[in-house]
Amino acid sequence: MSEVLWLVPTIPLLGSIILLCTEGRLPKLAVAVIGSGSVGLAAICALYVGTNVIGTGEWHYAETLWTWMAVGDFNPSITLYLDGLSLVMTGVITGVGFLIHLYATGYMWEEEGYSRFFAYMNLFVFAMLMLVLGDNLLTLFLGWEGVGLCSYLLIGFFHSDPANGYAARKAFVVTRVGDTLMALGLFLLFRELGTLEIQAALDSATIAWSDGSGINTAICLLLLGGAVGKSAQVPLQTWLPDAMAGPTPVSALIHAATMVTAGVYLIARMQDMFMLPGPAMHWVAFVGLVTLFISAFTALVQTDIKRILAFSTMSQIGYMFLALGVGAWSAGIFHLMTHAFFKALLFLASGSVILALHHEQDIFKMGGLWKKLKIPFASMLIGSLALAALPGTSGFFSKDAILLTAYQESSYGLLFWVGAASAAFMTSLYTTRMILITFFGEVKTEPHDHSRINMWGPLLVLCALSIGGGWLGFMVLASYMGDGGVPLEFHADAIALLTIGVPMIGILLGYLIWGNRAIPVDKLATSSVGQRLQRFFHGGWGFDWIYDRVIVNPFVRLAQVNKSDFVDLMFTSIASLTAGIHRIVTRTQTGELRWYATNMVVGLLLVVLIVIVQA
Amino acid sequence: MMPPIEHVLVLALMLFCIGAVGVLVRRNIIFILLSLEFMMNACAMVFIAAGAKWGQPDGQIMFMLILAIAASEVAVALGIVIQMARRFRTLDVDAVSELRE
Repeated sequence: MSEVLWLVPTIPLLGSIILLCTEGRLPKLAVAVIGSGSVGLAAICALYVGTNVIGTGEWHYAETLWTWMAVGDFNPSITLYLDGLSLVMTGVITGVGFLIHLYATGYMWEEEGYSRFFAYMNLFVFAMLMLVLGDNLLTLFLGWEGVGLCSYLLIGFFHSDPANGYAARKAFVVTRVGDTLMALGLFLLFRELGTLEIQAALDSATIAWSDGSGINTAICLLLLGGAVGKSAQVPLQTWLPDAMAGPTPVSALIHAATMVTAGVYLIARMQDMFMLPGPAMHWVAFVGLVTLFISAFTALVQTDIKRILAFSTMSQIGYMFLALGVGAWSAGIFHLMTHAFFKALLFLASGSVILALHHEQDIFKMGGLWKKLKIPFASMLIGSLALAALPGTSGFFSKDAILLTAYQESSYGLLFWVGAASAAFMTSLYTTRMILITFFGEVKTEPHDHSRINMWGPLLVLCALSIGGGWLGFMVLASYMGDGGVPLEFHADAIALLTIGVPMIGILLGYLIWGNRAIPVDKLATSSVGQRLQRFFHGGWGFDWIYDRVIVNPFVRLAQVNKSDFVDLMFTSIASLTAGIHRIVTRTQTGELRWYATNMVVGLLLVVLIVIVQA
Repeated sequence: MMPPIEHVLVLALMLFCIGAVGVLVRRNIIFILLSLEFMMNACAMVFIAAGAKWGQPDGQIMFMLILAIAASEVAVALGIVIQMARRFRTLDVDAVSELRE
């Protein structure tokens, strides 16, 4: 096979380097071509390698580039590893990534720092590709940290507003908590197994800890900690809504399609260790369950269109974690893929709406937009239907598979199903609310649609993928990972029917509340209990509040007390001691020759005296 | 007839002390240089005496060396003295004490 896999991450890196080195001196058109073209080329390469790998019939392919470093027995190599899992991820990153880049060439046209934007975006794609293609946990960690860096740069892209810088720092610091846990997990793994190569580590782990082991559980939980941070799950989810401060294509790329799925990828990659006896799987499932439940409620009361989508992202990734936790690996990855399609679509369409309304993000200041913004409306509608998992859309196949597998889980199956199904109900409810308030009703702000083909083209492609992506999934995932792929057979029992019906009930209820207003909820909303609940949900169940009280404020107070830095005291005291001696000794430097001569004579006499006394 | 070594050493010590006191108490730089010559010659005399006592040529070699050093030292020092006289219009070393903290 011709070795072109290395080109996949290299081309975006080259694009990023070119854009960074020219420092914005290139004309905008050239920037657009380099920025989006590099990801497009990477997508073509990925497609070529992917078809080749599938064509050989073997499900994995590795390409060693060079040895990273050699320290004793520890010599990790830079090896790119392609199998079903990383192929899906690579396809999503480069394919959806390319569409988002293309859209961004139009969306960011008027903004300052056009070149800088695409440099960061390309760098981000590179880091994400290293994350999913590395066959070594060290390479994975390199990509992991690169992704964190780029998300910081992109969230704070509009750097003139300090609030954006704050959001960027928050994202960086909160994910850093997870990254630290993950690094500890890697250290522990290396100490116990002596290797960081994923396949070797998994193999020796399954042999060494086949009966379950506390160490295996500890490693899994530490890795889960990293995944929770990156994928914005409870309890490290607070950074994601604030991260909406970045430009909308960034939200689409980082906070919907790719970066937040890194945690899902990590757990799916290490699945052999998670599946060993121990409580690790249940932890994964419960993290997912709690997150999807909490964020579904939070999304219901948001007024900022991007924040609604942000919370729905958290909720959908919760579904993926739940799927991983109940062992439905391919259903989880399948949902990752379909979610990338429809969430990118939703974010890009909302970007078009926001741009047409001159950066208005409050849905209550929108309304009646469907006539004016036909393509964004259609895209938003299709994306929402897929998000709500209506039968026929891509989201339906994946979410249905997750719910049904969760129900079959032996110990907590019913609990998982009830939680996930009620969250699915909430999902369809808040999606309906978003669509009805944004696009119907009376016109509140006059939109000015000035999108070009490079903006609505990607929307149409993503529309097609959001509807048809479900069928694509069966082709790619059918023989993936040996758990039989996504269950295609259908049992017409009550659970299955309820699973399908729940979103429709949600949509109907949503229509009755916000559509023809048959059910008055204003009374509930204005009552004191309702308002308190609303505030509670709006603030994301008070996580930010608790973190501010428990961690941020004490830390700030500690920092204020320790302003002069008592560790520095040691160093400053050395410095002041030296300065004091210096002041004393400089007194002796008078510039008078005879004073020096006297000193020498006295010194000489002293030496002579000492010699005599000693002798 | 060689005088006893103790006499020579005492003479050398006296010469050295005279030189040292001269360096310390005189303020005219010419006299300080003169006193330095005293001190050096006192050292040279000890070398000569020691060489004579043990019948070794080393003492005389050292004397030659000290002579050469003294000559070159004087050459440099007189250059400094001339510069000092030109720039400061004085030969008083206490008046020239600007090189200090």
